Amino acid sequence: MMRVRSIFLAGVVAVAGFAGTLPSSVMAAGDGVKAKSVDWSFYGPFGTFDRAQIKRGWKVYAKVCASCHGLKHVYYRHLLTIGIEPKAMKEMMTSRKMPMIDDAGDAVTRAAKLGDPITAPFANDVAAAKANNGKAPPDLSLIVKARGGGANYIYSLLTGYVTAAACEKEYKGSDGKPLKPESGQSCNTYFPGHIIAMAPPLASEGQVDYDEKGAPKATVSQMAMDVTAFLAWAAEPELEDRKRMGLRVMLFLLILTGLFFVIYRQVWRRVKH
Amino acid sequence: MSANAGHGAPQGTPRGRTANWIERRLPVFSTMEHFSQYPTPKNLNYWWNFGSIAGFVLVAMIVTGIVLAMHYTPHVDHAFNSVERIMRDVNYGWLIRYLHANGGAMFFLVVYIHLFRGLYYGSYKAPREIIWWLGIIILLLMMATAFMGYVLPWGQMSFWAAKVITNLFSAIPWVGESITTWLWGGFTVDNPTLNRFFSLHYLLPFVIVGVVVLHIAALHTVKSGNPLGVEAKTPKDTIPFHPYYTVKDLFGLGVFMLVWAFFVFYAPNFMGHPDNYIPADSLATPAHIVPEWYFLPYYAILRAFTADFFMYWPISWLITAKFAGVIAMFGSLLILFLMPWLDTSEVRSSRFRPIYKIFFWVFVIDTIILGYVGANAPDEVAHIALLGLFDFSTGLTWLTIGEITTFWYFFHFIILVPVIGRMERPRPLPHSISEPVLGGGAVGGGAAAQSRPGPMEKA
Ligand code: HEC
Ligand code: HEM
Repeated sequence: MMRVRSIFLAGVVAVAGFAGTLPSSVMAAGDGVKAKSVDWSFYGPFGTFDRAQIKRGWKVYAKVCASCHGLKHVYYRHLLTIGIEPKAMKEMMTSRKMPMIDDAGDAVTRAAKLGDPITAPFANDVAAAKANNGKAPPDLSLIVKARGGGANYIYSLLTGYVTAAACEKEYKGSDGKPLKPESGQSCNTYFPGHIIAMAPPLASEGQVDYDEKGAPKATVSQMAMDVTAFLAWAAEPELEDRKRMGLRVMLFLLILTGLFFVIYRQVWRRVKH
Repeated sequence: MSANAGHGAPQGTPRGRTANWIERRLPVFSTMEHFSQYPTPKNLNYWWNFGSIAGFVLVAMIVTGIVLAMHYTPHVDHAFNSVERIMRDVNYGWLIRYLHANGGAMFFLVVYIHLFRGLYYGSYKAPREIIWWLGIIILLLMMATAFMGYVLPWGQMSFWAAKVITNLFSAIPWVGESITTWLWGGFTVDNPTLNRFFSLHYLLPFVIVGVVVLHIAALHTVKSGNPLGVEAKTPKDTIPFHPYYTVKDLFGLGVFMLVWAFFVFYAPNFMGHPDNYIPADSLATPAHIVPEWYFLPYYAILRAFTADFFMYWPISWLITAKFAGVIAMFGSLLILFLMPWLDTSEVRSSRFRPIYKIFFWVFVIDTIILGYVGANAPDEVAHIALLGLFDFSTGLTWLTIGEITTFWYFFHFIILVPVIGRMERPRPLPHSISEPVLGGGAVGGGAAAQSRPGPMEKA
């Protein structure tokens, strides 16, 4: 009896302790607007990435987002592991120049190789900000992990743009006046503060060719979902390995612990305590 | 000369010649026997499992840490990227890193349970004061280690936590600014800071190992306490550590590893903050700077001290509110050192202390609330919500709740603990550990408990 109560109490203390972290992670989501919730294939203890979706997502990234955002922690070779073929990277690898020193000792550039990171298209952050209404587009390699709400937030952001008129009607700035996006700015329901320096990157159906067999229609929502899934892979390429190993480890530990328990009871059988 | 002659003649089980040769020069075998035969009270409950678990986590942290250090680069331009290379390109690097990052948090969880076990069962009372003090020193070293470890990945929270915490020292009158500059190795948190934090983060765990050795040496000198709080008297009260407690500890370890593995494999970033996946940027202050969960209660105490806090009024002519907060934050830990004196009760275990027991649990709740306060913005109105199941407003700001719970924290130690110890009428204590088991039955009332030789073994 005493023992059962002890275990229960230990559980309560542990849960209460962890629950203490909840407010902070909830708080981090954009300005209190709850993100849309998507039933991602990679959620849950057995979740995996949908290969076809990741490939479409790469297409969206390469065609649309890459003109502003880098993906520097991901190397071209990493894309091979998820089934993206070299020919699908070709265009970007030839256009993204990498610096090198040639045989004459001159600083020149060359096309990217498989062993190179997917760099940003700008020389540096200042140039990036200059070209983008004063805000440098952040590197997207970790964006899904770096935002409260994760993939749901990114998807909501990409599909959460509203018109300037709706913005003025719906949202107020910190000064209490209606929010008005200035030239080069846009209004987004999910972005903290709502005024964002990124114009809606996905704006029209069919913006990216989904020409694979059995591919869904390239609606804005579909493209947003696909590129978000791709970015989720980019942020956590180990996810499938991790969950697969996790299942084995948990089963092993469960059996081991059960065994220890049986031995424990056996050893203690004769002890009156 | 017989092999057994001379000083420190090996005793116990007979050994071979080589073993005896070694034993006479280095008492390996008798030490091992000491550990396996260590007479342990036979009535320890599961709360006594957490010490061995903590020892296991310490070793696991050192092993995973050393592997991480093989791939990590302590430089502001490379630290963040090197952690990402560990995550993506080092074989099983993600596993090592998630074990280490979640292991830090699990270490605190285990040690906090271990510490509260001590508070509940009066483990700090004679003759175990030194064990208790060494334990608090371990906790302080762990905090320093974890704080500096958290800075190493050089994300936004790393940087800003380092900034906020080191800035606290600037509140010290006169010398504060110089101390902060000295800690930073410059005029802000920068590369020299990161470098020394790495060096110290590597060093301190080994210092902890040293203190743990002392902690256990002291324990084996005075022997383990137990849930009844009456000392083991006859051999009937104890059993050898091996196999009885080795097997029980293994079971506890298994349960612990299941919890740890759950976080590592299924929720590796649950206890982390998303902002730490943004590289450190000294020009962009995050909207909310929050420490890791195991520091939240202290953070709440620190922030409770504003000019309007009544606990600050009496000293407001002397020091700034910020400095008072810093003192209170460190004081909230240091006050644990005083427990052997603050607790005036002769009875160790809360099982026989009906009043203290209630206030013990109130205190536990108080620290948990302090944790919530630390996680939230002080000027916001506190909502109590659970995963969207319910959500109601308390009508009080987090700051106000923080002030009340901070007050209670110190009120508990400084007033309640000594006063309850004097006033409370403890329930009758059993004569020995075996007595309740063998059905000897408890006798008399509180007075009887007092008339017997006290469990404190004081003169
Ligand atoms: C024309 C350049 C441009 C393109 C194309 C572009 N972005 Fe952006 N993006 C930006 C800029 C600029 C910001 C910074 C916005 C700010 O902080 O106000 C940004 C910010 C973001 C953010 C971070 C939002 C946050 O919470 O801080 C995400 C996520 C993002 N972009 C995703 C994408 C995706 C996915 C695509 C492709 C579908 C894309 N972007 C295409 C310029 C661009
Ligand atoms: C008392 C034991 C220890 C504790 C409590 C501890 C705690 C921590 C914490 C909380 C982090 C931050 C994790 C993150 O968010 O990424 C960290 C990182 C790190 N620790 Fe430790 N640590 C311990 C022992 C060690 C040892 C012995 C080493 C060996 C050098 C080590 C090496 C590292 C390295 C290289 C990092 C940075 C890599 C990373 O961020 O994952 N740690 N530690």
